Amino acid sequence: MPALLTVSGATRRFGGVYALRDVDLEVAPGETHAVIGPNGAGKSTLFKLIGGQLVATAGTIGYDGDRIDRLAPHRRARRGIAIAFQDSPVFRGMTVAENVMVGAHAITGAGPVSAILRLPRHRREEARIRELASVALARAGLSEWADHQADALPLGRQRALQVARALCGNPRLLLLDEPASGLRGPERSALATLIEQLRGEGLSILLVEHDVAFVARLADRVTVLDLGRVIASGPFTEIRADPAVIAAYLGDPDRAGEGSR
Amino acid sequence: MGELAQYLVTGVGLGCAYALTGSGLVVIYRVTRVVNFAQGSFAVLAALCVTTVLAAGLPHGVAEGLGVLLAAVVGLLVGLVATGKPGTTPQAALIVTLGLGVFAYAVEILFWGDQPRSFPGLGGAIGGVQIHYLLIIAVTAVVLGAVALLFARTDLGRALTATAADPYAARAVGIDVVRMGLFAFAVGGALGGLAGVLITPVQQVSFDSDVALVVNGFSAAILGNLTRPGLTLAGGLLLGVVSALVGGYLSTAYQSDVALVFMLVVLIARAGRRDVVEAA
Repeated sequence: MPALLTVSGATRRFGGVYALRDVDLEVAPGETHAVIGPNGAGKSTLFKLIGGQLVATAGTIGYDGDRIDRLAPHRRARRGIAIAFQDSPVFRGMTVAENVMVGAHAITGAGPVSAILRLPRHRREEARIRELASVALARAGLSEWADHQADALPLGRQRALQVARALCGNPRLLLLDEPASGLRGPERSALATLIEQLRGEGLSILLVEHDVAFVARLADRVTVLDLGRVIASGPFTEIRADPAVIAAYLGDPDRAGEGSR
Repeated sequence: MGELAQYLVTGVGLGCAYALTGSGLVVIYRVTRVVNFAQGSFAVLAALCVTTVLAAGLPHGVAEGLGVLLAAVVGLLVGLVATGKPGTTPQAALIVTLGLGVFAYAVEILFWGDQPRSFPGLGGAIGGVQIHYLLIIAVTAVVLGAVALLFARTDLGRALTATAADPYAARAVGIDVVRMGLFAFAVGGALGGLAGVLITPVQQVSFDSDVALVVNGFSAAILGNLTRPGLTLAGGLLLGVVSALVGGYLSTAYQSDVALVFMLVVLIARAGRRDVVEAA
């Protein structure tokens, strides 16, 4: 089966510094693929290249058979790539339900002009969006919070809300940026359960994560980044034994001085 | 009807024009973070355009509608010029709108001269109050109600609100934030145009009438931190009523100072509080 997402030769330079160098990565349909690595490994840069928040210096990104690396972020979203950011989790000043309903914009709406043209059919569309949102809320376990202000939720629920918002747009690929960071034990395990459920339903997921236990539980395949390069890739059980991965993650005395280059 | 009641009705009518102008500012500011100083020009352009098409024989209603439509298109163009270049900061865009407002003077004088103009509105009076004031109030209520519904109950409204909250995240859920910004400018233009079209039959319009409208509209919007439509409406009505009372019982010479004093009071009252940071 051809891959859903194909990153090849992705390179991003900031001035003279390579944040990412010649990175290849594939996400197969239905796969949960994790990208791990120490701080500064280029995980977030890779994430933003795929989402469109950054443009690659070199390399290509293919999705569903087409190149998407020159598309604006909102166009990628409309093609079925949904994102949950680590920072800016929810839209402030909107309820939980409204936040999730915004996610439907990826399938309902292009620009304001088409939205205006759709206004006569608005009641039916609004009912459909509500339905989509209530299903997404239920899947994320947020139904009882629907009418709360989104930014008043605890962080764990805000992360679940982002997932619900993504689901409301009926995505084919879900990008998760360090979803476990800052979460306490129970919150973390609830989120892992939710992601597991989505994986079980066949959603393709790309997970950028710092927490190795979280990744071990969820990922079918893992790509390990260090200093902007791929140092290992494969099932978690394989890469766990890889000496290069151990060195990068556990810290190697020989490399202690490299930070000052 | 007593004198006081007359002043109240005319004040509310006037306040509606301020509220419409202020709401236009709020819609644009919320979505784009740009304070649009060309907001008053939308009103003047729309009103002057209506004088022309009425003179050309178009019926009332159609003429006013055309004026508002023109203001919406001009709003869209102002948005394009002020924010179209990627990476333009809201502060830079503010200066551009200021420049466009001055440019509008030149266009207006070129086409319509510098003398005040007017056109008739709804005729007749009840108890000394022109019926047109009631029309202003009714139209404003319907239009602001429709805008509120658009924001609260539609996909487009949620997309606009999401853009206002976090453009970066909004893009990631498929919202074209550049187009949302331009749409906000068009809505702002239409609201400004409507203010001009409604107020001209009771208050002559000339190229520099935008100052009074924008100062009052801005003062009203400041009450709501440039982001709260409800407070903007309240502020506009309050300003309208107070200026009508000041004009009626003291002197019309002081009318234009009402908005400035009001703005000063709001800002001083805010100065010690934290949300002043948000307004800046």
